[in-house]
Amino acid sequence: MTRFSAFSLFAKALSGHQDWPEQWPDAAPKPAYDAIIVGGGGHGLGAAYYLAKKYGITNVAVLEKGWIGGGNTGRNTTIIRSNYLYDESAHLYDHAVKLWDGLSQELNYNIMYSKRGVMMLAHNVHDVQSLQRHINANRLNGVDNEWLTPEQAKAYCPPLNIAPDARHPVLGAALQRRGGTARHDSVAWGYARAAAALGVDIIQNCAVTGIRRGADGAVEGVETTRGYIASKRVGVSAAGNTSIIMQMAGLDFPLESYPLQALVSEPIKPTFPCVVMSNTVHAYMSQSDKGELVIGAGTDQYVSYSQRGALHIVEHTLAAICEIFPIYRRMRMLRTWGGIVDVTPDRSPILGKTPVKGLYVNCGWGTGGFKATPGAGDLLAYTMAKDEPHKINAPFNLDRFRNGRLIDEAAAAAVAH
Amino acid sequence: MILIHCPYCDEKRPEIEFANAGQAHIARPIDPSGESDADWETYLFIRANPRGRHHERWRHVHGCGRFFNAVRDTVTDKFETTYKAGEPRR
Repeated sequence: MTRFSAFSLFAKALSGHQDWPEQWPDAAPKPAYDAIIVGGGGHGLGAAYYLAKKYGITNVAVLEKGWIGGGNTGRNTTIIRSNYLYDESAHLYDHAVKLWDGLSQELNYNIMYSKRGVMMLAHNVHDVQSLQRHINANRLNGVDNEWLTPEQAKAYCPPLNIAPDARHPVLGAALQRRGGTARHDSVAWGYARAAAALGVDIIQNCAVTGIRRGADGAVEGVETTRGYIASKRVGVSAAGNTSIIMQMAGLDFPLESYPLQALVSEPIKPTFPCVVMSNTVHAYMSQSDKGELVIGAGTDQYVSYSQRGALHIVEHTLAAICEIFPIYRRMRMLRTWGGIVDVTPDRSPILGKTPVKGLYVNCGWGTGGFKATPGAGDLLAYTMAKDEPHKINAPFNLDRFRNGRLIDEAAAAAVAH
Repeated sequence: MILIHCPYCDEKRPEIEFANAGQAHIARPIDPSGESDADWETYLFIRANPRGRHHERWRHVHGCGRFFNAVRDTVTDKFETTYKAGEPRR
């Protein structure tokens, strides 16, 4: 593996950047591995990396049915934050935010983590009370979050319309300064490259078609479109397709899969310095380093695997954007796309063991999985290596839907989760 | 936007007139206090979430206001059929 540095960049510049080697080999599946990760998105690649790096299991394969980072990792709006209400959630998401720090150095790959701040707007009295409750809860958990007046919010994000007679008046905002964005493709590529350097096989175009179990019920391996691969440890990190994979092991999951849409505008000069979210009118936006406004829309109301959504969902979000940020009213949108998100009844993820021995799961991140990428990868790796959950992900078990100990972020985080 | 046939109004109308009401043909427990935790988990939380043919409920909110059932393919989003509530599963 070529180590990236200012010197290597300079040296390759002399030859016109024509002779960079491939960043990781396109591996073919071996007959058996110590651990298999199903799903080559950020979470799965992260899990493989941490298995090799922190937990000493290097004979690992990542199986991806399409191409690396071609699912939700390449389809999200790249927002990072940890301002969740409940203790369990705050610890889980903040674990990830702490890992985002320094990840570029650790992976020797620029993931462009930018702590530009995530600001959540309050448009009515209920929003004010709810966001202030979040701020207090977050601070008690050691997660930074602070209250801004409308004027302070405007100073932090100048395009914001804080006129008292606005369609969606701004009564204040909650700001998490450590929140921000990262370059989503780089996260997948950086983890893939670093994991491959430690001996992990990254296998693309390899869909799992079955899970083989022994007489005692434990996992023995997976059937794939590229043949049978044996492994006594299988971690499933397949986002919207988790229900389908789990049914191969005879497990019915509390998940429903919905299309979630996002869109980008034509690129413009830097005008938008942070991330702004409005849960109440359902709009959130940031500006990429390429200059595009990156806008997140909502989910469709029906279960679907189509990877595209309806236009009226986008129209609803853009109507809100035009009211909150009037200077963008004449912007043109360039591209819109959809990803399939797996949503749990309590809007919190499921991360841990399953009733099948040797089968582990990381799913249910719904509409907000990108921010958790390093944390989810690390905790899935821990759980697979030790055969028991870390204390951070222990509450996010599958049993909570039976014993009723839900972590109900549905009410706490509203729509923009 | 998809067009949905309401079996009561007998008309194809745009999706924004309707609200999806989740998986169809989930029977409420007849004897709630006699149900086990596992039964409650299945009733409340476990969902089919198929890739392909899916039975679901819709409500014609901005029309007749009534609930009905539908069969839709979750990959193409195409409706196979819609039928009135109470009719057998298709």
